[in-house]
Amino acid sequence: MISLKQLTKVYGRGPDAVTVLDRLDVEVASGEILAVVGPSGAGKSTLAQCINLLERPTSGQVVVNGEDLSGLPEHRLRVARRRIGTVFQSASLLSRRTAAENVALPLEYLGVTPAEAKARVAELLERVGLSHRAHHYPFELSGGQRQRVGIARALALRPSVLLSDEATSGLDPETTRSVVSLLRQLRDDLDLAVVFITHEMDTVLHVADSAARLDRGRIVEQGRLVDLLTDHDSALGRALQPRLSPADPGAGARAWHVTYDSRAVPADWLQRVSADLGEPAALLAATIQNIGGTSTGNATVGLVAPDAVRVEAAFARHGLRAVLRPTHHATRGTAPETPPAEPTLTTTRKEAALWA
Amino acid sequence: MGVTLPSAVIVRTLADTPIADLPALLVPALGETLAMVGIVMLVVVLAGTPTAVCLHNMAPGGLFENKAVYGVLSWIVNIGRSLPFLVLMAAIVPFTRFVTGTNIGIAAAVVPMSLAGIPFFARLVENCLREVPRSVTQAARASGGSPLQIIRSAQLGEAFPAILGGLTINTIAMIEYSAIAGTIGAGGIGYVAVTYGYQRFDQTVMIATVVLLIALVTAVQLLGDGLVRATTPHLRRR
Repeated sequence: MISLKQLTKVYGRGPDAVTVLDRLDVEVASGEILAVVGPSGAGKSTLAQCINLLERPTSGQVVVNGEDLSGLPEHRLRVARRRIGTVFQSASLLSRRTAAENVALPLEYLGVTPAEAKARVAELLERVGLSHRAHHYPFELSGGQRQRVGIARALALRPSVLLSDEATSGLDPETTRSVVSLLRQLRDDLDLAVVFITHEMDTVLHVADSAARLDRGRIVEQGRLVDLLTDHDSALGRALQPRLSPADPGAGARAWHVTYDSRAVPADWLQRVSADLGEPAALLAATIQNIGGTSTGNATVGLVAPDAVRVEAAFARHGLRAVLRPTHHATRGTAPETPPAEPTLTTTRKEAALWA
Repeated sequence: MGVTLPSAVIVRTLADTPIADLPALLVPALGETLAMVGIVMLVVVLAGTPTAVCLHNMAPGGLFENKAVYGVLSWIVNIGRSLPFLVLMAAIVPFTRFVTGTNIGIAAAVVPMSLAGIPFFARLVENCLREVPRSVTQAARASGGSPLQIIRSAQLGEAFPAILGGLTINTIAMIEYSAIAGTIGAGGIGYVAVTYGYQRFDQTVMIATVVLLIALVTAVQLLGDGLVRATTPHLRRR
């Protein structure tokens, strides 16, 4: 388990000081995967470097299994780092060493005997499914395989915390999925606390148990993934949803953007809403999936019914929230921005632009 | 009649050296050049590599960032790189004599050659180290490596083929410097070229030394390229 307490990182001094991380409070339990998302420049890389102690926080604590590591002197910090495995973007392998030699690196640094290291490396490569590639050089491996070597190296010293710093960025969707499922499996097998830092929103749905959104150095929202995705008012929950381009509702009909706002939405909600309103509901776009045993998603539904209050009520009865889409989206057929914002969500549009 | 000697000597030296006599002249000269360059390169590698590692890691973002020391070290290296070799060689004669007790011969040439070669090699290696992605050093740090372990396995290890390339360039420059040092009586191919080819207009020797230097530089370059290939996994396998 790892917790960050009031973690702050300031670069520079006096009037030129820039606060990159501002009093972050984050906790990741053993066996949990927390995704930290945020736009470029939000402080994600700095956060990663503070978590694996490559950078010392200006103030605040990094606590792993009850011990505060942030205040240790340099030589003890080096030892403390071994409790946190880091998977880097593009793996950062040594190009002149084979996969096995790369995985052996932390063991070599620790001074493990060659025989012991050899056994451990074989076990690690087996775990990430790369035994058959042990003696290949990084240039002979695919991006996904290199990342698996990076994961094996990160696990070499049996850390209790695994930090993934944009580890799937730059991989194709198929490879990302396989790396992500490996991380989940390792989390289960080794009871790791995983911090998964990424700017790719769609990966988060597949990997995380909970998510935190970092913006300008602050955690602006965090929670269980399921809660975020079944709460209409969660900006992060909506940002995590795939963005869809709905079909045209047709003459006389209006397009409604529908989001899940409860954990108990019936699977046949479309039929039910249609029956309640006494008219056929046209499904213009939809994505619904199972996240941790709960259905979540969003949809665009075309309805003729003129009474907005009645339509909203029909959806609300089934745990959904419906908002009228601005008409120009439907008629132009372009990719939608976010659904029409309510007063409390005025930042949504700007965020959508930032995240695009 | 004890005065016949001068004319005989003059006649002998105005004629070109017979080709049959070239090996006797050039083989010892080649040996001297190799000895000079070999000793110098040993000193250059032993002193230049740590200098480069310090420069790289004391620079901003390095393992032991230290602006002040970096500034001083970088300034010293720049001074060494500023002076043309001939000027450096002449300027440090008192120092050379202090170190070696002489200002002619191989021992005397090794001092200015090393002083010119160390900063040159330091900059070459610093450049190679800079090419190693920072994330590789970060990964090594995250793997729990000590600064020395990181420098050895991640920095020098990754840059090794590039450093061998730099070593090749440096060795060839030192062959050139050894020829310049030949003009102050350091021996070697340069000395033969200057005394026979230039001062006595001995065309045969002149051409022979040129051919020998080309062959030597070519051999060094080929050897260097071969070592770079052998130490780079993706070049080795093809």
